[in-house]
Amino acid sequence: MATGHFDHLKSTYFQECGELLDSAYASLTLLSEGRQDDDTVHAIFRAIHSIKGGGGAFGFDRMVAFAHVLETLLDLLRDGRMQSTGAVVGLLLRATDALSDLVAAERTATLVAQGFEDALLAELGACALQGLGVVPPPVPRVAASSSPPGAQAVLYTIRFMPHPGLYRNANEPLLLLRELKRIGDTTIRAELARLPSLERMEPEDAYIGWTIALRTTADLSRIEEILDFVSDDCDLSIERVPDTVEIAADDAASPAAPDTLSIPVAKADQEPRRGEGYVAPTSVRVDVQKVDRLVNLVGELVINQAMLVQFGALLPPDVCPGLVGGLATLSQHLRELQEGVMAIRTQPVGSVFSRMPRLVRELSTQLGKDVHLVITGEGTELDKTVIEQLADPLTHLLRNALDHGLEAPDQRIAAGKPAQGTIRLAAEHGSGRIVIEVSDDGRGIDRDRVLAKARQRGLIDDASTPSEEEIDNLIFLPGFSTVDVVSDISGRGVGMDVVRSNIQALGGRITVHSRQGAGSRFVLSLPLTLAILDGMIVAVGRECYIVPLTNIIESLRPQSRDIHPVAGCGDVVAIRGDYIPLIHLSHHFDVPGAVSDPARGMVVVVESETAGQVGLVVDELIGQQQVVVKSLEENYGAVDGIGGATILGNGRVALILDVAGLRVTHPPRPQSTHLVQERWR
Amino acid sequence: MNRAISTGGGRGLPTAAAAPEDNSQFITFTLCEQEYGVDIMAIREIKGWTETTSIPHAPAFIRGVINLRGIIVPIMDLRARFGMELAIPTRMHVVIIITIGTRTTGLLVDAVSDIITVAPASIRAVPDMGAADGATLLTGLVALDDRMVSLVSLEHLIGNAIAQMPAAETRLQPAA
Repeated sequence: MATGHFDHLKSTYFQECGELLDSAYASLTLLSEGRQDDDTVHAIFRAIHSIKGGGGAFGFDRMVAFAHVLETLLDLLRDGRMQSTGAVVGLLLRATDALSDLVAAERTATLVAQGFEDALLAELGACALQGLGVVPPPVPRVAASSSPPGAQAVLYTIRFMPHPGLYRNANEPLLLLRELKRIGDTTIRAELARLPSLERMEPEDAYIGWTIALRTTADLSRIEEILDFVSDDCDLSIERVPDTVEIAADDAASPAAPDTLSIPVAKADQEPRRGEGYVAPTSVRVDVQKVDRLVNLVGELVINQAMLVQFGALLPPDVCPGLVGGLATLSQHLRELQEGVMAIRTQPVGSVFSRMPRLVRELSTQLGKDVHLVITGEGTELDKTVIEQLADPLTHLLRNALDHGLEAPDQRIAAGKPAQGTIRLAAEHGSGRIVIEVSDDGRGIDRDRVLAKARQRGLIDDASTPSEEEIDNLIFLPGFSTVDVVSDISGRGVGMDVVRSNIQALGGRITVHSRQGAGSRFVLSLPLTLAILDGMIVAVGRECYIVPLTNIIESLRPQSRDIHPVAGCGDVVAIRGDYIPLIHLSHHFDVPGAVSDPARGMVVVVESETAGQVGLVVDELIGQQQVVVKSLEENYGAVDGIGGATILGNGRVALILDVAGLRVTHPPRPQSTHLVQERWR
Repeated sequence: MNRAISTGGGRGLPTAAAAPEDNSQFITFTLCEQEYGVDIMAIREIKGWTETTSIPHAPAFIRGVINLRGIIVPIMDLRARFGMELAIPTRMHVVIIITIGTRTTGLLVDAVSDIITVAPASIRAVPDMGAADGATLLTGLVALDDRMVSLVSLEHLIGNAIAQMPAAETRLQPAA
């Protein structure tokens, strides 16, 4: 096998591991909240089992051994021989954390400290034994995954009946038989019962089975491991022949322990083989670029169709009635096609949410706070690119909620709240956008402290008296941190300003609502996709520009008396007592033939994280439309103030404004706005 | 493509002088009665002039961008690029779409005239005439009957144009 191909397989495996771990976490969360159904434990089991199976193929022995023990415990839960108590779920969570660390170590080819997983292994083993009502043996014996010291040879009968397709999956029984021989004495008998007559024989099918009598000191899991590769392609049974009963009796100190542990292990591996717990793959892995090409093509089709419809409308209706009807059907199908193609790019937001419980678990332990994380709406779907870029802001918000928001248990009790704090992470669709909320029932934003801090840092005028909402929003300013002691968890100089700019880079907005003593709520509103943007089409001279709706605060036709020139800074417009700097798009972009008097055109008030509010002077508003974002950089280059381009219904290109970038080349000076704007980046 | 190109195939050229596989093919076009040639391998298509959307802060020779089946393609006015006055495009003007590396650009020219096959030996160096900007954009000159064809260096043409574009700090992240 070529190394390149092997590396590719490996990277696919690690990608799958990530997804499997995510799904395991998601199911564990259900379990911990008591919302499990019959399939919840099965799902966790399947995930761990797949990780183990693949890991075996790549020789990640340590990880496989760990997954194996974890799987054993899960099998007990699955069979109902054990109850998923809080303690067990906690253990499973910690074990899954450790497993994901082991996977990560294999991926980055780093070495995990020796003995890292030993304590957990012992705990898992003990837990499994307790589940079976067996007194746990001394810890070291369970932790050792190979044969216990002084174990006697045991006779196993292994029936190995390959399915016809065995060889097609690149299995070689001979190697397995040799491997078995290496761990003990074998007597192998071939089963020829299924061998057809020569003329009916398919050359590539497997017909011969084997019965192997194996006397070995190695324990069952070792045999399991050898046969693991073919387990999906054969009927397999491994039975212990009870002629060695006296050996167990001899070993009076810890009689049944190693064997009792082995029995569920055997079952654990057999079940997927029988196909009971097997779920056929229902998804296909596709290169994002291929999807993007489809999205592009469909976008083109939509434009083409719009043109056809326009031409069709020019014809007298009686000339060709079939054409008009056909065009209408075409439009409808195209719309569905477009939605379908866009949906390919989307993923449930759960893939990023599922990383959060671990974070909360670890942090709450570290901080000595008791926290319950409630996740809802993890099935809400949005664009993969958006999801990927959500992880950082969400992590930051959760850290903040834990570190600054929630009080310590004693403080909570003193405040008349339950000792356990609650953090909610919720996602839902709302009017073409996705709304994600991170809320806590902690102390809320301490407005006096925020205000004092802002004054001290010179972020705000001493004389001004901002409203409560304005104070809350001060925390998004760069260089703002209320924490006096820089803690290990948050407050490392990376502040809410970064969260806000991350969210805004995604075309989203973040707002905060807080009630002192009752908690804070951060609301993130995000576009479903980066490929499509809601925009307002504005005309300037003979050009059209798209202003992203997320940036628009309002649009108005100002009175001449509200426009004031400010020496050296251009014009400002007075809106409800505030002076908003104006940017004449026609001057800014050097477009001839545009309206120069704002009172005869329109002013679109936009806001961005860097610029605050500015008014864009345009000729007129043409309308609101969803547009497909295209790259201008691909063939040209970046342009200040332009975020991208799109193609309008008439086939012409229109440029999309980047409101934050507009200011870079034309810095407005706030006249009497409350906040001192800082240039930063 | 809205315009047929006559496939002359080396009319009047000493093609026998070199082995045929060494020969390069060029598409020739005119700018102000002057004939120029570009490597046929870089050409993606030839289309008629369509209205462009102008780009702010762009050099004068960038007429703007057009939609080429979903891709945003800048259009360069070759007359202006070579130091002549801006073209006043009509329906008769032609845009040659070329791809250099990963970049696709359209060249606005007066008209496309021919396909020529040129042996390497017949390409003459551009004489140094006091380093006008336009001269560095040429790779050589070819004599063709009584005409002269200037071969255009697309690499320099696109590369220099990029260097003249203003850099920007912030932008939206398009999905594609």
